[in-house]
Amino acid sequence: MYQYNDFDTGFVKARNAQFRDQVARRIDGSLTEDEFKPLRLMNGLYLQLHAYMLRVAIPYGTLNSVKMRQLAMIAERWDKGYGHFTTRQNIQYNWPRLSDVPDMLDALEDVGMHAIQTSGNTIRNVTSDHFSGAAADEIEDPRPIAELLRQWSTDHPEFQFLGRKFKIAVGASTHDRAVLKAHDLAIRVVQNDTGETGYEVLIGGGLGRTPMIGQVINGFLPRPDLLPYVEAVLSVYNLLGRRDNKYKARIKITLHENGMDKIRALVAERFAGIKPQFGGQDQALLAQFQRDFAAPDYITAPLETFEAAYASDPGFASWVDTNLAAHKNPDYAIATISLKAHGQTPGDATSEQMRLMADVAAEFSHDELRISHEQNVILPHVHKSHLPAVHARLKQLGLATANIGLISDIIACPGMDYCALATARSIPVAQQIATRFDELKLEHDIGALKIKISGCINACGHHHVGHIGILGLDRAGVESYQITLGGDATETTTIGTRTGPGFSYDEILPAIERLVLEYLDLRQDRDEAFIDTYRRLGAAPFKAILYPEGRVKNAA
Amino acid sequence: MSSAFTPKVVTANDLECGDVVYLTAGGQWVRQHRDAELLLDADHAAARLILAEAQHGQIVGAYLADAITGQHGPKPVHFREVFRARGPSNLFHGKQSEQNNVSI
Ligand code: SF4
Repeated sequence: MYQYNDFDTGFVKARNAQFRDQVARRIDGSLTEDEFKPLRLMNGLYLQLHAYMLRVAIPYGTLNSVKMRQLAMIAERWDKGYGHFTTRQNIQYNWPRLSDVPDMLDALEDVGMHAIQTSGNTIRNVTSDHFSGAAADEIEDPRPIAELLRQWSTDHPEFQFLGRKFKIAVGASTHDRAVLKAHDLAIRVVQNDTGETGYEVLIGGGLGRTPMIGQVINGFLPRPDLLPYVEAVLSVYNLLGRRDNKYKARIKITLHENGMDKIRALVAERFAGIKPQFGGQDQALLAQFQRDFAAPDYITAPLETFEAAYASDPGFASWVDTNLAAHKNPDYAIATISLKAHGQTPGDATSEQMRLMADVAAEFSHDELRISHEQNVILPHVHKSHLPAVHARLKQLGLATANIGLISDIIACPGMDYCALATARSIPVAQQIATRFDELKLEHDIGALKIKISGCINACGHHHVGHIGILGLDRAGVESYQITLGGDATETTTIGTRTGPGFSYDEILPAIERLVLEYLDLRQDRDEAFIDTYRRLGAAPFKAILYPEGRVKNAA
Repeated sequence: MSSAFTPKVVTANDLECGDVVYLTAGGQWVRQHRDAELLLDADHAAARLILAEAQHGQIVGAYLADAITGQHGPKPVHFREVFRARGPSNLFHGKQSEQNNVSI
């Protein structure tokens, strides 16, 4: 893992000292809120419905036990003993006091973390495949380039006042687990016909008010061109992107209005101009990061304990079948810790749970953890012989729910329980769906199904790319929930289609239940997942069950 | 009093802890919706908002929110204000967990 060097430490310390001074001046009245707000947002501090909220970046979702323990300590000491992991691989603290925030930032700096650029019209936390470094299907670990992009984008003077926020994601596998095509800019590590490794660059993806799927601007970028090329894209966007209307300011609209040919040509021109300025230092840094992210020293051990536990303990076997993914080392597994225990808030972890996950990672996962955009925690490198012990430990604090990829593994943004921008709640809707299907004992029978819920059109809950998406809106002073179907967050990214009129807060759970029970009737067999049945039959049978005759007319 | 005017309260967030606060008739900031001054006409509401906004050393983001008369004092109208007056629904945190709170 990358560790801060003296320069990084000095930079973050200086920034924290500045912010401490700014907070003091806000509290003593020397700064007005108008003056202070841009300063606090630069440091990840929002004001939400009930309190301030501090959003801390977890670069490309990677943590070690020291960092995780510090996140736990911060939650306990300055918040209410828990944190919320988000779809942007950040952690949010929902209840900090303004005067405590400088101490929280110093505590983060102690472990090489910060909250810089987690807000504002800048390049945000660079996200990545949460299985990076471990996935069986990856070309290479994408985190060295994520770190390169992180360092390049942090405090980059040209890109501190973009027209709008800018999100970058990286991946290196055939299977996309990072929703690459929903990012302003995405890098996919690829190999060309001659076996040379390079990058496919996509731009213009994004969810929100106008969902769009990212398009390839460059199919194969040679390795040394990465940083100058990305800088060229940002540079072109910075000048060409609109600033007159914030809803039209993201690069997806710039692309839509100008067309790929024009943007590609402008980027090529800009690239030619700035490439000579990159004298190779970026490549030297990349080589260092590749060493920083070297694979762990895998152990070898007999697998009998694993096999015996799998055969004798149905709870363990169910967890193995549901929560593990293939590791590049066949004796290892990638284990996903569900933060979706039925009825709990998706993505929330208590300090106690964070500490347990840190301990388990230190002991059994080569001291590595990842946060997924699906709001779960990953143990990327677990030797299979350790899985029974890992499972037993996780069970102690309700962290062994076997539901990854199932109906209760729901993404839900904070919604109107916390978020000042929300138009409706999302968390209780997720809680009700998870609890209901757990009661029905149908979850494993239903199989793979992704439900994603957002509390407003900003789509932090990725509802557009859920097999079932739920969007909470305010309809004449009442919470109303729109359903979309057929979304897909993988390499075959698809924006879901709206089914029709929304459902009230009391109607949304019964509507989802009808929909899912109908799927069970319609599917060809157990192997046909919800999304496949939907693709085979289209929306019609699902609409019919959602809107029995007459209702559509009344509701429309 | 204009017949078209929906009564309001002045609300904001406390500068130091971010908690939701309301302006009383005496010009104090309080934590409970029921203790807010119910503003019954537009001119008075606008004047109270100007007074509130001037207190930037105590509060952040003052605005007028619709309210109605309740048993114990003004009650919020819109669900967003109901949540602000109570706290989140997933955890028993915020105002609902504090003492002396009665149902709104
Ligand atoms: S989708 Fe809307 S409600 Fe949910 S976190 Fe984002 S801005 Fe807030």
